[in-house]
Amino acid sequence: LSRIGDELYLEPTDSGLSLRSVNSSRSAFASFLFAPLFFQLYQLGEPQPFRCKVLMKSFLGVFRSLPSLEKTVGKCLILLKPSANRLVLQLHCKYGVTKTHNLAFQECELLQAVFDTQRCASSFCAPARVLAEAVVHFPQTLAEVTLGAGPEGKISLRNYVEDEMEPKKTMVTELWLAEDEFQRVAVTPGSSITFCLKEFRGLLTFAEASNLPLTIHYDVPGRPVVFTLDGAVLEVHLVLATLLDPKSDLQCPMANGSVSHLPLPSDDLTDDLESYMVAMETEEEPGVPPSPTFPLHTPEPAQSDPEEEEEEKEGAVPGTPPHKKFFCSLFFGSVLTPGGPSLAPTQEVLAEDSDNDC
Amino acid sequence: MRFRAKIVDLACLNHFSRVVNTIAKLARSCTLRLTASKLYFILSDKVANGGVSMWCELCQGNFFDEFQMEGVATEHNEIYLELVPENLSRALKTAQSAKTVKMKLTNKHCPCLRVAVELPSLSSSSRIVTHDIPVGVIPRRLWNDFREPSVPDFDVSIYLPVLKTMKSVVERMKNLSNSIVIEANLNGEMNLKIETDLVSVTTHFKDLGNPPWASEDGRPSSAPDRDLESMAEARVDIRKLQQLLAGQQVNPTKALCNIVSKRIVHFILLHEDVSLQYFIPALA
Repeated sequence: LSRIGDELYLEPTDSGLSLRSVNSSRSAFASFLFAPLFFQLYQLGEPQPFRCKVLMKSFLGVFRSLPSLEKTVGKCLILLKPSANRLVLQLHCKYGVTKTHNLAFQECELLQAVFDTQRCASSFCAPARVLAEAVVHFPQTLAEVTLGAGPEGKISLRNYVEDEMEPKKTMVTELWLAEDEFQRVAVTPGSSITFCLKEFRGLLTFAEASNLPLTIHYDVPGRPVVFTLDGAVLEVHLVLATLLDPKSDLQCPMANGSVSHLPLPSDDLTDDLESYMVAMETEEEPGVPPSPTFPLHTPEPAQSDPEEEEEEKEGAVPGTPPHKKFFCSLFFGSVLTPGGPSLAPTQEVLAEDSDNDC
Repeated sequence: MRFRAKIVDLACLNHFSRVVNTIAKLARSCTLRLTASKLYFILSDKVANGGVSMWCELCQGNFFDEFQMEGVATEHNEIYLELVPENLSRALKTAQSAKTVKMKLTNKHCPCLRVAVELPSLSSSSRIVTHDIPVGVIPRRLWNDFREPSVPDFDVSIYLPVLKTMKSVVERMKNLSNSIVIEANLNGEMNLKIETDLVSVTTHFKDLGNPPWASEDGRPSSAPDRDLESMAEARVDIRKLQQLLAGQQVNPTKALCNIVSKRIVHFILLHEDVSLQYFIPALA
């Protein structure tokens, strides 16, 4: 999650503890849902529903050295104290040592990308190892990769060369995976999508370690690609925006067919349009907590907020996605808490990720 | 103009990768010359390179299982390509467990050297990764720019100390100064010196030995009555020297340098099947 965003969103629900993150340009989102069974003890408190976010760095700092943690820590207690605005992480270690970390949190709105894997035309399932081995052939600095479906169920991965880069001077690497390397393939022949490699690599590392099968759902260019890991006590989703084919219709197709209020890019495609504005939809039923995995928002006219648009443009980090490209931003649902601010201010991220793998 | 080659042996592949890695560390862009029996990586001494030049020669038979080339014309059966060796290095980097590596010159949208790596996989068919490395074809009228440099009329020729030691010495000196003086004599002694306003450091190497060079008439080619103790020296850019030493991944069978006082230092590094010559001009 730290490869995606600087803030960790936490939400304890009946179905488990949900950890999420989104990147500053709203083009990458991930959620990890740990079922109650994952924990030795899982107890929801008041008030419900409760959502907060903490700084990723602070949270990671508690779990800094994994090998030494495994040797010394017996139990870890996670406690949310809404009254004190503190998230307490207590590590019970060997020799009677207890380390307590109090992290300040901020209450926040629901962070949920709108996506529907059922509506994705293509999907395939593979052991993470196969994709990890494929991705290793691309340089660490490569920003985007194009995934394509070829004849006979073969899947290809190719490095994406921007139009601005001189195509005659850039090395192109392409890898083909045969159908029998996958557990299941149901793709539209000739389809292809381009997405950012950095977050995908992060997920692959996790997937390999967790040994869960990885499923990839995608649709047409511009619609997000969804990576899922499904386990008994853990459900993971990574949603990445995909590159809109500039030669095709410039309008970004909206989920569920609602009217687009997104600004159309000007004719000059090298305009500094970092990303499309996120359409903030308002949820009318605060009483029903949306499922963390498949929210089906009824179409509402999107309300574009010009101020936030500006902030998005400035806040976009060159790492994901790169300059002078336009990705379809994911659509996020927001829950209007009565009396709360209408939009949690998007924090301007002017500094790049310190973990600069890209 | 055609070129196809194949490597099946892992040891050969590793060896070839190491050579390419070394070249990639020495030159951002260089010339690859292909003949029926040899491959050459050439860097000619242009101002852009800081005046350094490089000549690396490999016998294709020692690396490739198959090697077929057709030059531009029958009486000029050679191919000269301009390429970025870092690309080739990257293509070979993840091929360490490959079943085969094939190289082919293609011209789909533009001339490319296509490197196809066949990797083992658990499925019925192997995994194939292709890397299309863009190359520039150098026309025959420019081939003269890439002739083999002749061994200069040197003042002193001496075997180099263990490269690892030399590298660590030069690396530390690099932090203190931009230029380094290489001096040596015919008594097997070599000094590496740096001098700044604040500090001067000299590292002395002894008992290195001087290679015997035979000239055309059988007599040693350097001046016969040259004083054995007299040092020939040249001040060179320390970064160029460090680049050469840092790029070496395997210990050469023979490593020596020829110094033309105040003019140029000529390094020769010989492995069993690869020879590398590197020229660093003296600073004004």
